[in-house]
Amino acid sequence: MTTALPEDRLWHLFEMMLLMRRFEESVVKMNVENHFTGHYHLYIGQEATGAAAIAQLEARDTITATHRNHGHVIARGAEPGPALAEIMGRAGGLSLGRGGTIHLSDPALGFLSTSGVVGGSISLGAGGAFARKMKKDGSVHMACFGDSALEEGVAYEALNISSLWKLPIVLLCENNSADAWDKSRGGYTSLVHAANDLRSIPGAMGIPSIRIDGTEVDEVHAAVAEAIAHCRSGKGPMFIEAMTRRWAGSAPLWPELSTGVTDLKMATGEAPMSGEHKAWYEENDPVLKLARRLLKTSPQAKDRMWELDRKAIARMQAAEKFAIDSPMPAPQTALEHVFA
Amino acid sequence: MAEPRILTYREAVLEALFEEMRANADVVVIGEDVAAAGGVFKQTEGLFAEFGANRVIDTPISEPGAFGMAVGAAMSGLRPVFEVMFGDFMTLVMDQLVNQAAKVRYMSNGTAKVPLVLRTTMGLGANLGPQHSQSFHAWAAHVPGLKIAIPSTPADAKGLWKAAIRDDDPVLIFEDRLLYTMKGDIPAGDHVLPLGQARIVREGRDVTLIAIGRMVEFAQAAAKLLADEGIEVEIIDPRTLVPFDTKTVIDSVKRTHRALVIDGAPRAYGVTGEIAATIAEEAFDWLDAPVGRLAGSNTPVPFSRSLEKLARPDAKTIAQHVRAVLG
Repeated sequence: MTTALPEDRLWHLFEMMLLMRRFEESVVKMNVENHFTGHYHLYIGQEATGAAAIAQLEARDTITATHRNHGHVIARGAEPGPALAEIMGRAGGLSLGRGGTIHLSDPALGFLSTSGVVGGSISLGAGGAFARKMKKDGSVHMACFGDSALEEGVAYEALNISSLWKLPIVLLCENNSADAWDKSRGGYTSLVHAANDLRSIPGAMGIPSIRIDGTEVDEVHAAVAEAIAHCRSGKGPMFIEAMTRRWAGSAPLWPELSTGVTDLKMATGEAPMSGEHKAWYEENDPVLKLARRLLKTSPQAKDRMWELDRKAIARMQAAEKFAIDSPMPAPQTALEHVFA
Repeated sequence: MAEPRILTYREAVLEALFEEMRANADVVVIGEDVAAAGGVFKQTEGLFAEFGANRVIDTPISEPGAFGMAVGAAMSGLRPVFEVMFGDFMTLVMDQLVNQAAKVRYMSNGTAKVPLVLRTTMGLGANLGPQHSQSFHAWAAHVPGLKIAIPSTPADAKGLWKAAIRDDDPVLIFEDRLLYTMKGDIPAGDHVLPLGQARIVREGRDVTLIAIGRMVEFAQAAAKLLADEGIEVEIIDPRTLVPFDTKTVIDSVKRTHRALVIDGAPRAYGVTGEIAATIAEEAFDWLDAPVGRLAGSNTPVPFSRSLEKLARPDAKTIAQHVRAVLG
């Protein structure tokens, strides 16, 4: 049984998870209002994993992630305004509109890359870890990727090398395919993985591998703390499979806020949880789950929760304004930065 | 025999697939989300329902392994149609394509063959960013042993697709995603186009435009702008880069004495250079001006709409370059 995190830590993580959630809701709003076009992927449902994992990294540590990266970038401390502006292709964006949603990134925060070709998080991550190891300062790399990254050959090769060379890489596999599971096969989608247990893949290469509930901040926190300590002490990589249930809004080809704008009254009991997403609200939404838990801590918790939500919403309103007011980049700048 | 009908580009390709799959049980479709999902651009819709899971097959996100398997299956009697969802992911299959598929016939002294179709996308304009907007037809055309088709209309798509599936060599078909909704007449009957026959899209006396893929559409729009100025352009769509119909292009240039080659991919070491050089070699004495070239910028494709515009030609820039070639 995982030890429960102290209350102040829980509040800190909750504040970040709320911001991550409100950020994604803003992304959808901006798209629906035609402030940008193009496809995008949302991190809704995985906030507990990203917040509790990335909160434990130090400034010197590095990260790679995939196309589902908004949550990681916000959790690492990117300003929501420039992050949103990047997704909208604006001059005020983190990369001046050159990368967009799939490549939302900020090298100043230790992001090496966010890539839509998902195995790259592991291969480039192994390179990041190799560089960390050469520093001999105990710093680590965290590679965030989904279950689908393990369908790509480059992942296998990079896992093998990481283990051979004892690279300090935390392999954070966010398995968000819970609804696609075939329970009779040990919980994996039979269409794309022959392995009955993803842990067996790094396991076969001698990489310690554990599975946790990715919606429980304590479990994520404990697992990542162990993995980081393992890496910092020079023992090589560690693999964590954080399980989350597939958020319904990711099911259509184009994402939609199918579960609505998150209503914390569903945590306080002041709003009903019904309809086709009842189970999501009650059991799977990590933000509502942590809110319910915090509400039990003290009579003042409710006011504190609403205060944090007002703060997150106000930050996102400012971020939306920043992004909308930010001009499109000057066309000629497209020719810059091909080379040094 | 059916009457000519209007279909979209996507429907025309699907019609070719349905016809060829009904005619030959060896034709199988393999790719990501091609089966029950019907393709992320609905480009394989309905195939799974008719032909089932044995012939319309989803793969994991495992392009090199799955494509290598398709090459082996083609060498073993099947006629796989393998889909690479985005042209950008061609990078993942290059080893199996270049070192295996393209070499088999040659290395076996013509005794083995790889009858497969590799279908992928090309072109920018959908705000998909640097890893989902690339066009690798020139890269593939540089590899001896691969045929390259780039249909620009629904009718050409159907005819080239049917020819590609029946061809005994690996044929790569590049499709601009933004053409999938284009409508056009489809000839009646068993419409099969030979690989290696260009199409004169528009006749004109003043300059020959050789345009690739969606650039044909932009060249037609430019032709309208220029016609108002009294400039009559001839537009040629090569339709296949390999084999390349040199004769149609050279005959045209000998009539117009001027040429502009247009492609949407980055200009450096691309197809415009190859075609311009061919014209210079074979029609030098007929040219009244240097052969013009217009292509995409030598940059990765940026995400932002305002930046993306600069990365490839459009009707306006084509018209500007035609005026420059006319001097």
